[in-house]
Amino acid sequence: MSESDFILQAEEIYKSYRMGATRVKVLKGVDLEIRKGEYVAIVGASGSGKSTLLHILGALDRPDKGVVRFEGRDLSRYGNGELNRFRNKMVGFVFQFYHLLDELSVLENVYLPTMVSKGVLGWFGCRRWARNRAKELLEQLGLAERAKHKPYQLSGGERQRVAIGRALMNEPNVLLADEPTGNLDSATGNGILNVFEKLNQAGQTIVMVSHDDRVAQRAARMVTLADGKISRA
Amino acid sequence: MYKIILAIRYLLKRRIAYFAVLAVALSVFIVVVVMTVMTGLVRDFKQKNHQFAGDCVVSTESLVGFAYYEDFIKILEQEDIVEGVSAVVKSYALVSPEGTERNVGVEIMGIEPVSHSRATGFGQTLYNHRDDVSKAFEPACDPNLGGCVIGIDMVLSRDAKGKYSYDSDPIGRGLVISCFPLTAKGALAKVSTGLVNTKTFYYSDNSHSGLARVDSSMIYLPFEQAQMMCGMGGPVKRASGIHIKFKPDVKPFEGCRKVASLWENFRQEKANESYANLLEKVTVQSWKDNRRAFIAAMEKEQMMMTVLFGLVGITTVFIVFVVSYMIISHKSKDIGILKSIGVSNANVMMLFLGFSFLVGLLGSAIGVVGGWRFLVHINGIEEWLYDNFGYQPLWDRTIFAIGDIPNTIDFKVLGVIILSAIAACLVGGLLPCRQAAKQKPIETLQVSQL
Repeated sequence: MSESDFILQAEEIYKSYRMGATRVKVLKGVDLEIRKGEYVAIVGASGSGKSTLLHILGALDRPDKGVVRFEGRDLSRYGNGELNRFRNKMVGFVFQFYHLLDELSVLENVYLPTMVSKGVLGWFGCRRWARNRAKELLEQLGLAERAKHKPYQLSGGERQRVAIGRALMNEPNVLLADEPTGNLDSATGNGILNVFEKLNQAGQTIVMVSHDDRVAQRAARMVTLADGKISRA
Repeated sequence: MYKIILAIRYLLKRRIAYFAVLAVALSVFIVVVVMTVMTGLVRDFKQKNHQFAGDCVVSTESLVGFAYYEDFIKILEQEDIVEGVSAVVKSYALVSPEGTERNVGVEIMGIEPVSHSRATGFGQTLYNHRDDVSKAFEPACDPNLGGCVIGIDMVLSRDAKGKYSYDSDPIGRGLVISCFPLTAKGALAKVSTGLVNTKTFYYSDNSHSGLARVDSSMIYLPFEQAQMMCGMGGPVKRASGIHIKFKPDVKPFEGCRKVASLWENFRQEKANESYANLLEKVTVQSWKDNRRAFIAAMEKEQMMMTVLFGLVGITTVFIVFVVSYMIISHKSKDIGILKSIGVSNANVMMLFLGFSFLVGLLGSAIGVVGGWRFLVHINGIEEWLYDNFGYQPLWDRTIFAIGDIPNTIDFKVLGVIILSAIAACLVGGLLPCRQAAKQKPIETLQVSQL
């Protein structure tokens, strides 16, 4: 398998946090490789460092030690502007608690990443396209009727689908999902996992974090994080 | 674009933001009203002083006056920058209403009314002879008698609304005026014959300059009469000053500089004349410098008010700081979300500074409109308060020589107030915005932070 087949590579990742007077080592040399088009689930007990690893893979956090490569390029060598563009265009995050902006409508939340990537003039140039793309995504996610609603008017499952729409808006290379069903009942969670499966079948690379084995089993590959290391891949 | 949309939504959907807008509006309202009234008072006062003095004054503080003024007036009249020139005699006198024993100390000014009206705004201050100033010293009772123009506050009283009652205009009243004539060397001129020059003048008009001190203690006399009364007549006549008005296209500063240069040459030419020493004490001043003693006090008050209202601005900064801090504290999750989709630190800061800017803009707009509406009706409101409750909040018109409350909006001042308010809001929001920009997304998005 060649280097170019991997979209994300993590080598010897270490990360620790200060908790009061002590320093908690969360990741103790994690190695992980994600291939293009792969659907990977990272599982582990609560506090095992799954979310930390996901945040490091998505450049929301920096490792204390180790290298994360995106399409072969070391993320630590990215400048601030490049990192912002990376978060905006290359990855899409889906969080357990949806993290939508209450001040914006569902439609606005979905096209927000495109708005962020453009200046005022640039936005006026692509506004129509962005709105149409956001509407298409909402339609695919079964939320066409909810476009004008505010996030607090939606159910948990609907909010998570809006968050998925937002994550997909800029057609990212990788979708990073942190406990996407953790806050949903099993039926609604299944619905979200079905969406992920469909996206993966369409070629979308997905890295999902879950503490629930049953959820993780829906992914094509499952890696287990225990004691700060990948124990089973 | 998202920064504008989010800043507007944060402003509209957070009730606390309304308080910040209200605080800014209130501050701007107060500053607009006070600064407009204060600036109006100062502007009005300066304008009246300008009208009283003309553009430039060549004068001496000495009661002896200075000689050769006629020669200098001839030089001035040849200059194409000069529109009007008026020689004056200034001194002090005792005045007794005819037939009474009581007397009062006053200032007298000897003028030639036509030339003085050309050089200053004197003609416009008259009541009876405004249309024909040449007759300013002709009493209505008998034009052949020696007339005098009296400061309005010496003869008429104001009602509570600041209006003079002309029904009691003392036409034809005789005033016995006594002066102490001085020689060119400053000695009393009539040591051997009784010291005082006394003459009866008859009230011909009143002068309402709007300057309290002038209107309450100044009596204008015909120039030659005043000259004789003060001992400035004779073979080498003397005057106390020359008031000059420049043509409209001449800048007062440049005009005064030209007059100063002419005066310097003139003084050197007259250096060998017998009364040359009197010319040394003569100064050439712009109207502002000439009236500095009166204007400076008002300007200081205005400056003090500006400083005091600067403190109001500091309060606004603090309020916006607190509100921005509270809003940003509540919006830390949003900051994490925005950063997770690629918003830079600078843009996070700009978003919240945009919020502070909107608070300033909206607050200023409300404050300015409110202040403007209040100022438009301020005199009506005061009149209503007086008519219904007998209350005059600003000043008692029977005592102070100020009529209506000045309410002309100075758009330059308005612009400065609006910009200052917005700047104050940006300063207030700066620190919380910096903190927002520094927040790490991962810390704000953690489950424990929600």
